[in-house]
Amino acid sequence: MDLTYTPEQQAFRAEVRAWLDAHVPEHPLEHFDATREGFEAHRQWEKTLKSGDWGMVTWPREYGGRGLDLIQWLIFEEEYYRAGAPGRVNQNGIFLLGPTLIEFGTHEQKQRFLPKMASGEEIWAQAWSEPMAGSDLAGVRATAVREGDEYILNGHKIWSSRAVFADWAFGLFREPGSERHKGMSLIFFPLNAPGVTVNAIKKINGHVGFAEIFLENVRVPAFNRLGEEGQGWHICMATAGFERGLMLRSPARYQVAAKKLAELWAANKESADPGLEADVVRAHMNADAYALNIYQTASRLMAGAKIGPEASTNKIFWSELDIHLTQTALNILGPQAELTHEAPDANAVDWIDDYIFALAGPIYAGSNEIQRNIIAERMLGLPR
Amino acid sequence: MDFTLSEEQLMFAETARSLFADSCTPDHWRRMMEANEAIDPTRWASIVETGLTLVLLPEEAGGIGLAETDFALIAQEAGYVALPEPLIESAGVAAPLLAALAPDHALLSEPSATIAIAHPANPYVANADSAGGIILHADGEAFLATPDQVTLTAQPSIDPFRRLFSVEWSKDKATPLGPNNQNGADWDLAFDRAALFNAAFGLGLAQRAVDLAVDYAKERQQFGKPIGSYQAVKHHLASAQVAIEFAKPVVAAAAAEIGARDTQARARVSHAKLVALEAADKAARASIQVHGAMGYSWEVDVHLFLKRTVALTQTWGTPAHHRARIATRIFTQPMGPDQTFAREKTNA
Repeated sequence: MDLTYTPEQQAFRAEVRAWLDAHVPEHPLEHFDATREGFEAHRQWEKTLKSGDWGMVTWPREYGGRGLDLIQWLIFEEEYYRAGAPGRVNQNGIFLLGPTLIEFGTHEQKQRFLPKMASGEEIWAQAWSEPMAGSDLAGVRATAVREGDEYILNGHKIWSSRAVFADWAFGLFREPGSERHKGMSLIFFPLNAPGVTVNAIKKINGHVGFAEIFLENVRVPAFNRLGEEGQGWHICMATAGFERGLMLRSPARYQVAAKKLAELWAANKESADPGLEADVVRAHMNADAYALNIYQTASRLMAGAKIGPEASTNKIFWSELDIHLTQTALNILGPQAELTHEAPDANAVDWIDDYIFALAGPIYAGSNEIQRNIIAERMLGLPR
Repeated sequence: MDFTLSEEQLMFAETARSLFADSCTPDHWRRMMEANEAIDPTRWASIVETGLTLVLLPEEAGGIGLAETDFALIAQEAGYVALPEPLIESAGVAAPLLAALAPDHALLSEPSATIAIAHPANPYVANADSAGGIILHADGEAFLATPDQVTLTAQPSIDPFRRLFSVEWSKDKATPLGPNNQNGADWDLAFDRAALFNAAFGLGLAQRAVDLAVDYAKERQQFGKPIGSYQAVKHHLASAQVAIEFAKPVVAAAAAEIGARDTQARARVSHAKLVALEAADKAARASIQVHGAMGYSWEVDVHLFLKRTVALTQTWGTPAHHRARIATRIFTQPMGPDQTFAREKTNA
């Protein structure tokens, strides 16, 4: 146990900070889910990141990464959020599919997909859910029929984040006639392939961050299947582990928010309810606890451990802390809470937008109810 | 940066775990409650024999001279069995303080003697009646007295194993130990250690409360199925487990950093105490709920964990006191993602 950074880690932090200071756009980019322009501006930012070799720092060099360890990744993320750098438009690729590809992909697949993922040249959407397969993901009905070296895909995916503007998607497809967890494969398909129709779905904030995807006799090479045929469920659970457990939500994100909340409190404490200070303290504690938990997980993984069902506790914790934190900000703002960023009296931080975004947290990446079932059954051993 | 425990530390915790598992079962508690006893001399002897009371004591005072991280692991195991004996206050708080005040004191070489501490943070002194000595202080001077040199008024606690007393004493009947702060003796450090080890103890209480409920929910059938198969039951226990998982690394970090003695370290100790005992409260109440009416009975063991949780939550600094220390960290020190492990002196 040694909770201090080595001189090398400190030097690395300084290097990241200097690069970000020189490159982070002065004005925030339009949100990548709002318009095509916002999306492309974020793609451009990904290219800028890659030009500094910061595309995906934990990946091996041969696949477009920088070959860094998880502590360095955390330091990078801390500096990234500290600098207020743009959101990662390719998070479905770099944080979800990428780590799974590294674990289950062939060398050729890694060579084909990872470098373009790290550079933002190819931006990924996820295509997990279907109209009849949400929390019960094993209810997926979309099919993949093998024909020579190709799969023919048919089906209807929905709630696909980023799919409106993205280039590629990954999802589960089953062998016709197979049931439940068996017979599913994880397959990638280009969103502009013949037979793919993408319809935007507006989110409650008005952004087109979701889409439904119709696949009609879409042909993709068998090369696009990750892992063995029929092993999709197993692989998908590994992806979900990374998503929930480590990479999707950096602690740094909440530490920056907790800092801004403390500043909001300091600026408004004369007029706000004094009882709210306890919530400001709580928001800091939550963000701090989440950071410590992730550092501990990163240390364990570096010592050879694997992510297990405890990943489900992380997803519950960060999604609940985010709602508590942003709601505390609204409570401090009082009558200004409802103002949008266009209002002359609006706060510099768009807390209402952050709050609305936070409300999605308990739903995506596997609803918190499902996470509690996983904890109860796989960590605690309660019967199904 | 390395947030993992060493093999030796894990082995030490394992030793404590098996000692407690064998010697501190619900049957043991029951017998002690019936006999109205708070210390089991046989168990205490084996705790002493295993060296658990020497962990934090410096080598010059005959101890092993290990660190707070090591003792916190033992405290967590003690919490898992709701250990009745005052291991934390005696070996984790009072003995190291006495060793700093008077390294050669005879009490330190009496292996089976416990030491009580009258700390200004607490109105009552725990286990003062059975202690070999009580550390006291007045006007910047520290003193030691035996129970028969002071007047003890019992203040019965809801927890049958916590023996609380108001202590009246006069300097002329106590042994002076010299200035409060000589040889680095530090009552604030004693407070932080007590808060930290009670946090670690709380983690153990919390996990045991969940585990008892899990065992019961697997067995108890209603509507033709084990109640643990119902989501309403699962979700109570999963939520408690989430609270435990996010208290653990805070306790671990607080133990590793306590020696820094700065605003950040104090805030982290306070954070650990708050969240570990909140987890224990959540777990104990979920456990009672999952046990149903059985959980509200004297017969089922969960109430012991609830009662200890209530006691420890309010002692060694109330939640409000600990929140205030975290607020001090937030509003006087730099905040942000690069500050997780920052120290005050580096920022100065």
